[in-house]
Amino acid sequence: MDQLISNLKVQIIDSLNLKHLKPEDIGDDQPLFVDGLGLDSIDALELIVLMQQYYNIKIANPQDGPQIFRSVKSMAEFIKANQTA
Amino acid sequence: MYIASYCHIRQQTLTYNGEVIFKGNPGNLDAFLTDAFQFLKIAYPKFYKMDRLSKLGLLASELLIRDSTAKRECKPDQIALVLANAHASLDTDVRYLESTKSMASPSLFVYTLSNIVAGEICIRHGIKGENAFFVQPAFDADFMAQYVNQLLTETKNEMCLAGWADVMGEHHDVFLYLAVKEGNGIAQLHTGEELQKLYQSNYGSVDLQS
Repeated sequence: MDQLISNLKVQIIDSLNLKHLKPEDIGDDQPLFVDGLGLDSIDALELIVLMQQYYNIKIANPQDGPQIFRSVKSMAEFIKANQTA
Repeated sequence: MYIASYCHIRQQTLTYNGEVIFKGNPGNLDAFLTDAFQFLKIAYPKFYKMDRLSKLGLLASELLIRDSTAKRECKPDQIALVLANAHASLDTDVRYLESTKSMASPSLFVYTLSNIVAGEICIRHGIKGENAFFVQPAFDADFMAQYVNQLLTETKNEMCLAGWADVMGEHHDVFLYLAVKEGNGIAQLHTGEELQKLYQSNYGSVDLQS
């Protein structure tokens, strides 16, 4: 799980062009949107693309988005639960 | 009408009122944009997400706006923005098209309109006046002077951020300026002739022909 979270932080910085941040600047439980990292709706779309591109996971129900993308940790948990072996 | 200040970005060199502010290494526009942004110490992380055209526009506007007393005296809806270029958003359009071969990038897609740079500048500086974006084969000083003069004469706008912002690949050519109704000591008249002179003005080692 720790390795997955580390990888996700690097991928998020790369995919979302957050070049002012380092992986260690992003807390595992830190909210990604609004008061946390301050991501916006376009970033949310990029996160969906990231999930598909790196982990071959499609978000079937868009209403699950806020819970899945709450933090890096929640993303990692979703990936772990949905990734095929 | 007067030209209060002006800014060029050409060949990885950023100048303000003819003075070189920052000069980057030749050949890598993306690196130059990031280096110039960090050199100017602008606290605006959204810059990193922008396309090249928006980054160029934002850097130039930052120099023009941050020292502007006219900006401080104007209400947001009294500041207009008039931009033009030759390549519209083609630089980003090509990148977006490339991304669609694997996974279309939403963050690139939102920059596939030439006037997004105008929106980014307005958001950054709180500009709410009239704005327009023209796509023309080359910088047309007479057209720009006439349009901006008319805008400042016939509307409630008191000042206008205007000029040329063009990028395609490594080629970049930015000439933005502030036009105001009342000129101070060093302000130049806002005419097509003066604009053409300033657009073509050379500085340091920058070769305008290449």
